[in-house]
Amino acid sequence: MCGIAGLFIKDPELEGELGSLLAKMTSTLCSRGPDSAGFAIYSRAGGDKAKITIAGPSPVFDIGAVGEHLAAALGHGATSVVRYSHAIVAVAPDDVGRAEEWLAANHPEVTVMSEGKSLEIYKEVGYPDDVAKSFGIAGMSGSHGISHTRMATESAVTTNGAHPFSTGADQCLVHNGSLSNHASWRRELKREGIKIKTENDTEVAAAYLTKQMRDGHTLGEALKSSLDDLDGFFTFVVGTERGFGVLRDPIACKPAVMAETDRYVAFASEYKSLTCLPDIAKAKVWEPKPATVYFWEHS
Amino acid sequence: MSAVDLSTSSVRELNAALHALKRDTNDTLWTVLNPDGEHSIAAGVDAPIAVNVRGSVGYYCGGMNKHANIVIDGSAGQGVGENMMSGLIHVRGDASQSAGATGRGGLLIVDGNASARCGISMKGIDIVVKGDVGHLSAFMGQNGRLVVFGEAGEALGDSIYEAHLFVRGPVAALGADCIEKPMRDEHKVELIELLAAAGEDHKVDVAEFRRYGSARQLYNFNIDNAGAY
Repeated sequence: MCGIAGLFIKDPELEGELGSLLAKMTSTLCSRGPDSAGFAIYSRAGGDKAKITIAGPSPVFDIGAVGEHLAAALGHGATSVVRYSHAIVAVAPDDVGRAEEWLAANHPEVTVMSEGKSLEIYKEVGYPDDVAKSFGIAGMSGSHGISHTRMATESAVTTNGAHPFSTGADQCLVHNGSLSNHASWRRELKREGIKIKTENDTEVAAAYLTKQMRDGHTLGEALKSSLDDLDGFFTFVVGTERGFGVLRDPIACKPAVMAETDRYVAFASEYKSLTCLPDIAKAKVWEPKPATVYFWEHS
Repeated sequence: MSAVDLSTSSVRELNAALHALKRDTNDTLWTVLNPDGEHSIAAGVDAPIAVNVRGSVGYYCGGMNKHANIVIDGSAGQGVGENMMSGLIHVRGDASQSAGATGRGGLLIVDGNASARCGISMKGIDIVVKGDVGHLSAFMGQNGRLVVFGEAGEALGDSIYEAHLFVRGPVAALGADCIEKPMRDEHKVELIELLAAAGEDHKVDVAEFRRYGSARQLYNFNIDNAGAY
């Protein structure tokens, strides 16, 4: 089943409410995915620094200590902030590679959830409302965000198996559905040098898009070619540093509804999760067509 | 008149009250306020009552409906009127996927568009969509009529049995074993009756519609092929 919510803010005055609106939207989708939940928050509040979101093997793991050690090891004004089981380490943009090397050498048990100028990913096993509360999602602000409630099918219920998946800087993807040719694409993409950490089908879709964009394609083109290359059923919602995209497979098994006003574009698995949005009664509400790429971008 | 506000009552309470109504009830006018996309609103009603839903609904609104006249003053999620037996459901906005799926009788009217799989496996329901329908509409349609004022998506009437399809706009593609058929006078009369039931008579010209149905090559056993089995 699974549930997806996404919110792309057009009116900067609404950015302060991104977290609270996204948490409310996600709350109505708990029954679609009670296993685990995740949130991708895009915020440029970090200035010029790159943000690395890291998580340990369990919520009781002292991720704060790892974040502090990493910041100290990197220097150049790096800082670390803990949010529940994750730490956001802000580093000089040139230090991202060093940070990942340091983590691999000193803390192989730690997972890098995301890295980039604006993306932070928070995901954990548990009931989605509880996960949102633990991370304090409702208090976050940002330009766009995506959330996912998971009912696992293709891989185990673990923190790293939760969505969103990020396989490239500031890129993330969530998925409702399942892919049947992910094993062969995983081998192919790994050969191409794309990092894939789990046995999850969705991570392969994220890695596929990362590879296409690495090869010079736009996100729109990458999504379009995925219709030919990925076999299975899916509704994807993807985020980039400035953009937000939606794609459904040609059969469109999985539900999707969108709403747009002058202030925002919103996506949800069910209309119910859009009803908390401002002026929803006046919004243009529609169902995205199958095999059609939708994309919005901040200038 | 009874009013149920779903911001203070649950859908379960609403549906329990509707299910408790006897066929000869005098409590025949119901209003549902603040539906806010909740699922299964007024599903399983079995009494000749009117239910006015003031807003958009989630999945399966009016599912299995028998005898009731349900008006949705908004849009409907998946499976509106699924397996409807009789009565009328009128969606004033758009309908999501599988509108009227497996419906056995009654009339479903959608003022806007209906998306994919409208009337999938229909078994006697009549569906009038004043906008477009998505792909795979009337898939395996066994009986009943689907009328579309706008366009139809890919694979219209795929693997169709004996449902009658009338489409005014272009059809992206016909599904397996679905063909265009001549629009004879008897079919025009059939369409006029359907339009009248939907309150659209004299507003649209039946001559603008084309008729589609089964080529009967797929579901009929052909004795010449007996050796192949």
